[in-house]
Amino acid sequence: MSIVLEKINFIYSEETAYQIQALKDVNLTIEDGQFIGIIGHTGSGKSTLIQHFNGLMKATSGTIYFNGQNIYEEGYHLRDLRSKVGLVFQYPEHQLFETTILEDVAFGPKNQGLSKEEALQRATEALKSVGMPEELYNQSPFDLSGGQKRRVAIAGVLAMQPEVLILDEPTAGLDPAGRDEILDLVARMHRERGITVILVSHSMEDVAKYVQRIIVMNQGSVMYDGTPKDVFHHYKELETVGLAAPQVTYLMHELKERGLLVDTDATTVAEARASLMEALTGVHSARKDFHVC
Amino acid sequence: MGIIKAKQLVHEYIRRDEDGNVESTSTALDHVDLDVQPGEFIAILGHNGSGKSTLAKHINALLAPTEGSLWVDGMDVSEEENVLPVRQTAGMVFQNPDNQIIASVVEEDVGFGPENIGIPTDEIWQRVEESLKAVGMLKYRHHSPNKLSGGQKQRVAIAGVMAMQPKCIVLDEPTAMLDPNGRKEVLRAARELNEKKGVTIILITHYMEEVVDADKVIVMDQGKVVMQGTPREIFSQVGKLKEYRLDVPQVTILADLLRQSGLNIPIGVLHREELVEAILKAAQIE
Amino acid sequence: MLRDITLGQYYPADSVIHKLDPRVKLFATLIYIVSLFCFKGVAALAVATVFLFGVIKTSKVPFKFMVKGLKAIMILMIITALFNLFLTPGEPIFSFWVLKITKEGVSSAALMAIRLTYLILGTSIMTLTTTPNQLTDGLEKAMAPLAKIGIPVHAIAMMMSIALRFIPILVEETDKIMKAQMARGADFESGNLVKKVKSMIPLLVPLFVSAFRRADDLAMAMEARCYNGGSGRTKMKPLKYEKRDRGAYVLVSGYLVLILLCRTFLPWPM
Repeated sequence: MSIVLEKINFIYSEETAYQIQALKDVNLTIEDGQFIGIIGHTGSGKSTLIQHFNGLMKATSGTIYFNGQNIYEEGYHLRDLRSKVGLVFQYPEHQLFETTILEDVAFGPKNQGLSKEEALQRATEALKSVGMPEELYNQSPFDLSGGQKRRVAIAGVLAMQPEVLILDEPTAGLDPAGRDEILDLVARMHRERGITVILVSHSMEDVAKYVQRIIVMNQGSVMYDGTPKDVFHHYKELETVGLAAPQVTYLMHELKERGLLVDTDATTVAEARASLMEALTGVHSARKDFHVC
Repeated sequence: MGIIKAKQLVHEYIRRDEDGNVESTSTALDHVDLDVQPGEFIAILGHNGSGKSTLAKHINALLAPTEGSLWVDGMDVSEEENVLPVRQTAGMVFQNPDNQIIASVVEEDVGFGPENIGIPTDEIWQRVEESLKAVGMLKYRHHSPNKLSGGQKQRVAIAGVMAMQPKCIVLDEPTAMLDPNGRKEVLRAARELNEKKGVTIILITHYMEEVVDADKVIVMDQGKVVMQGTPREIFSQVGKLKEYRLDVPQVTILADLLRQSGLNIPIGVLHREELVEAILKAAQIE
Repeated sequence: MLRDITLGQYYPADSVIHKLDPRVKLFATLIYIVSLFCFKGVAALAVATVFLFGVIKTSKVPFKFMVKGLKAIMILMIITALFNLFLTPGEPIFSFWVLKITKEGVSSAALMAIRLTYLILGTSIMTLTTTPNQLTDGLEKAMAPLAKIGIPVHAIAMMMSIALRFIPILVEETDKIMKAQMARGADFESGNLVKKVKSMIPLLVPLFVSAFRRADDLAMAMEARCYNGGSGRTKMKPLKYEKRDRGAYVLVSGYLVLILLCRTFLPWPM
């Protein structure tokens, strides 16, 4: 049970002067239950890539298998695929349209062919799981704050009960508190529901804290694919393509270059602190031992 | 008197029902005092809804105070006849790059402001050229704004304000919709205008990394100015910043944690290099 | 799909056509349209062809780019041509079942196709070589006399130029909204007319909300840059006739005269 991409190529405006190859020979396997971050700067192909996962865009060449089935095969139901691979776009304003929040969230389930009661039931569950207070269910989605709109948008996709949840820059335009709330929510969803979550972002620091695997996109190709530690080893190369590793990664590398024995794999503040305390108190005791001798 | 001075500034948003009766009021600015000196680079921090954008719109006379006063270069913004001179003195750059570019060609957009204030044609051209050069966008002068990146669009917007030769530019979350590269571009442009042309800059943001080089940082919460000082003074109060739902840079948090664990690290670390030196020093002493 | 429409898009290049006064270009386009609907005969067609392709060549806009604009109206063109082909009475040259193709049908279908193609190419030269702002400046100036009878010419021109600037943005936004709703299982294609219209609601509501929001933001941004209506404004690019503009007027008038002469003296064979 997984998404497998084989040699996916995608070319915009083929055979015109404006031809752009947005994806180049992308091979990827998204295993069930993983929490993955896809990182790349604007124009790296990350948005194009995720729209292939649910069949919104069709590859110029290559094959995609969802749970072992070729999604480009004749007779394959792309609409079913879209309810199994849920995609939440960057701006919630692009999908909110109903008069009440509850109705809006029920739009997806209704399209799946569920009855009105079932759809509302699903919507209620989804809104509950994103932490929307019940007294807001009958309000207009347009009156909400940025963070709340985003929650409703996520609920709108969750209500279809997808197996994979993809979020395209879910924190763009939010303030730090709003950002942390959304990311914590997504992490909890992954933990509690066990669904596969793919987070698209250009912030390394956000992603490093949450995900198990990072896929770095550059110029339409997969540049790195591995655990955050593996990927941040290449912090110098990341810099050359306009991406930055978390601040602490730089700090630890600099300290190591200056002769302090620290763990350069640290990507979060907590890890850095642990490693530094060990290194410093280690230095401390080593010196003492020396004096004793 | 400074270039921008606010005295007990209050702004209330009033919601009315269909009959025009007051339904509810919310206080967006709550007795704000502010004094900005010419040539300063000021950063205003605060989470969404803290009142920072409302303050910005007063400086540009887009909103009028409910109570209290605000002067821009000595002009009272609540006087009707001052509105246009105030807008010319304090330019404004908004958050969404697409929704503030009026023309379909870069240079024509930059010329829009000067046209409005009645500058003669020859001088408009001169100003357009200078402003585009100042933000490094001269070679895109004939381009369509739709083909530019977010950072480039914001730089065009800044040039559009510069062409009116303001003494002060207010940037209202200019980087919120940009990627890291775009953010750097916009900040560099703002800094250069401040250093080379002596323009007073008021940068409104919620990214703390962007304010480390400001002359002064102002933190707002619930319509009030709650902290004010140099970046170092502000950043030394990690706990308080978190209380105001702000994002403290990783190095500052790490430095704070290390100090709490008993290491000899100075208070209010802003830059990575500082922390490297401080840690190495701590390692040597012990 | 929507993106392929070249009409209303500016193509930057350094050519005489680009530099011409927009009023000249408006006038020339008008004349050209008139000429297309009153020409008669192969000689006139040749004149119109030479004139059109001469202007395209001088404009330095790649021909391929212009042809892209034709794709969008292809269906309209085929339908018109088919109607002409089958429904024109006259001398039959081919008939099958109830369908009958006449000699007159063939010629009028061909003529219609040529007229439409030339019409689109001709008008797109104007929009491709003139920035929307210049175009509206031209219109504003050309319509200036109407201001005296209380028509807000400046406001209309400003609205047009802003509309033109936001068309590509809204087209892109429509695409994004469609995708966001399709990701929630929306279906914009199947079903009968009523269902199809209903399925547009999830697309149109966010689009309108966003357009209003943009309008609001833009109005504020314009005010912030001291926009205060048309009075007291100067122009960065004021319209002033140059020598080449006068030359162009003469050329265009000459062209019309030539077409009319062909119509009178060489109407053969159409």
